[in-house]
Amino acid sequence: MSTPTASRPMIGARRMHVGDTAFRISLHVAGAIVVIVLVSILAIMFLGGRLAFETFGLDFIWGSEWNPVTQVYGALPAITGTLVTALLALLIAWPIGFGIAFFLTETCPSKLRGPLGVAIELLAAVPSIVYGMWGFFVLAPFMSEYVQPWLTATFIWIPPVGDSFFWFTAPPIGVGMLTASLILAIMILPFIAATTRDVLLSTPQLLKDGAYAMGATRWEALTGVVIPAVRGSLFGAVFLGLGRALGETMAVVFVIGNAIRMPDSLMAPSATIASVVANSFPEAEPGTLDLAVLLGLGFILFVVSFGVLAIARLLLHQERMS
Amino acid sequence: MKQLSPATRARYFRRQLVDRLMGGLCMLAAGIGLVLLGLILWMLFSNGLGGLKLSVFTNSMAQPGADGGLANAIVGSLIQVGLGAMIGAPLGMMVGVYLSEVGKESTFASVVRFVNDILLSAPSVLIGLFVYQIAVEPFGGFSGIAGSISLALIAMPIVARTTEDILRLVPQAYRDGAVALGSRENEVVRKVVLPAAFGGILTGVLLAVARIAGETAPLLFTSLGNTNWSTDMTQPMASLPIAIYRYAGSAYDEWVSLAWTGAMLITVGVLVLNILSRFSHAAVAGKTEG
Repeated sequence: MSTPTASRPMIGARRMHVGDTAFRISLHVAGAIVVIVLVSILAIMFLGGRLAFETFGLDFIWGSEWNPVTQVYGALPAITGTLVTALLALLIAWPIGFGIAFFLTETCPSKLRGPLGVAIELLAAVPSIVYGMWGFFVLAPFMSEYVQPWLTATFIWIPPVGDSFFWFTAPPIGVGMLTASLILAIMILPFIAATTRDVLLSTPQLLKDGAYAMGATRWEALTGVVIPAVRGSLFGAVFLGLGRALGETMAVVFVIGNAIRMPDSLMAPSATIASVVANSFPEAEPGTLDLAVLLGLGFILFVVSFGVLAIARLLLHQERMS
Repeated sequence: MKQLSPATRARYFRRQLVDRLMGGLCMLAAGIGLVLLGLILWMLFSNGLGGLKLSVFTNSMAQPGADGGLANAIVGSLIQVGLGAMIGAPLGMMVGVYLSEVGKESTFASVVRFVNDILLSAPSVLIGLFVYQIAVEPFGGFSGIAGSISLALIAMPIVARTTEDILRLVPQAYRDGAVALGSRENEVVRKVVLPAAFGGILTGVLLAVARIAGETAPLLFTSLGNTNWSTDMTQPMASLPIAIYRYAGSAYDEWVSLAWTGAMLITVGVLVLNILSRFSHAAVAGKTEG
C-alpha cells in the first residue's frame, strides 16, 4: 500500500484532481463501450439484413418456403424449430433443475452439498461443442435405436396437428428436433439448477422457520411459503435458461439434422435460426442476398433473445431490490 | 398420536408421504445431473484417451494417414484466447469498477449493468456474425485478430459482472480508511479496493478464459480455421474448437478420433480452469471475512 499522502496541500482539494478526472473518464468510456457494443450489434444486423427485409417484407418472417436455388427465403421453419426446441428443452430441464435446486438447498446432507454444487457447475462449464459431439455420437444413435421406434409405436394414436404434423411418426434416424431438445435440456439444466438454487438460498430463513414452526413439512414450506415469496425470481431463472436455449448453436448443429423446412414431426430433421446461420454461412458471399438473409435471421434472433433475457433480468432484479 | 382421530392421522401420513416422495424425486433429479456429468466425462475419456499421443501436440493437422495432430489448433487457440482475454479482461474490469465504485445506482450505471447482463447471455453465434461484419468483411478476410475480438467481446461482460460482484464485497471501511488518509478516488480504487478483491477478480478472469476457450460458433465467422501451421494474426487461424467441429463430422476414423482427443483436452482444460477459479475465490472470501 502507498504511503498516506498527508502532506498534500489542501488548496484546490475541492477541484477534481487530474488523475481522478482521467480515472473517471476512462471508466465512463468503458461503461459506454458495453452499451455501444449492444447497440452496434442490433444496428449492424439490421442494416446488413435490410436487403432481406426489403425483398421479402413480412414474408421473411412468415414465409414457410426456404429455397436457395430460387432465392426465396422465409424464416418461419427456422423460427419454428428454434421455438419448439427451446420450449421443449425448457419443459424437460425445468422440473429436473428445480428438483436439483431444492435438493441442494433443503434435503441434501450438508457434506454432499459442496461437491454436488461443484459438479452441477462443472456440467455448466463443459463447452457446447462437446455436448454437440456427445449428442451426435452417443445420444442420436441411442434415440434411433431405442427411443424413437418405441415413441412411434406407443404414441401413434395421438392425432396430428392439422393434416401435416404427426407428433412422433417419422423415420427413426436419430437426429431431429426431439434429440436437439434433449441436448439443449441437458445444457441448460445446470444453469436453471444453479440460478434456482441461488434464488431459493436468498429466501429469508425466518420465513422458512415460521413455516416449520407451524408444523409444515419441507415440501409444504417450499410450496406454501418459499415459492410465493420468490416467484418472480424463479420465473427469471426459467427465462434465463430459455434465452440460452434459443441462441445455442454448436450443440444443435450436430443433432438437429439441418433441414430447413416446416417440420412434420417432433422427430423430423429441422433447423433453428442459430443452426441455419452457422450452416449456411460458408456459402454466403459478401454482398449477396444469401448473407443479408443470415444477418436478417441474426437480427430476429437477437431481438427475441433480447426480449427473453430482458424479462429474465427484470424478474431477477425485482426480487433483488425488494 | 393416541388422541388423534383417524382422519387427522391419515392426513398426517399423507403429508409425510408427499414430503418424502417429493424429496425423493428431487434426489433423483440430482442423481440425473450427476449421471449426465459422469456419462459425458466417461465418453470423452474412453474415446479421447486412446488417441492421445505425442504427435497430437507436435504435428499440425494433416490428411488422413499422414499422422496429423492438433498442434496448430492448440497454438491457435492459445493465441486467440490469450489475446481475447488480454483485451476483454481489462475492459471488463473497468466496467466492473465503474459499476461498483463510480456509477453505482445512477441511471447510466443501471443501463450499463442491464446491457452487460444481456451481453452475458447473448447468443455467441451473433457475436461472431457481428464481428464478421465489422472486422472481417471490411478488411478483406478472416483473421486471428477478428477471432480474438469476438472472444474479447464474450469475455468482457463475464469479467465485468464478477468484478462488480466482488468489489461490492470489499468492506466500505477500507474505502473510508483510505479516504481518511487523504487518498484520491483513483488511489482508493487502485491501491486499496482492487488489491483487496484481487482473488475474486482473478476468479472472473479464469471463468471468462474457460468460457471463451470452448467457444466455437463465433470463430466460425471470424478466424475460420486453418489446417496449416500459422501464427500470423492477419490470416485465418486454426483453433481447437473449430478443429473438433470439422473433424467430428468427417468420414475418417482417424479424424474423428482426433476430434474426441481434442474435445477431451479442451474439456479437461476448461474444468481445471473452473476448479482453479474456485481456489482464488476461496482465497478472497477468506481475506474479506477475516
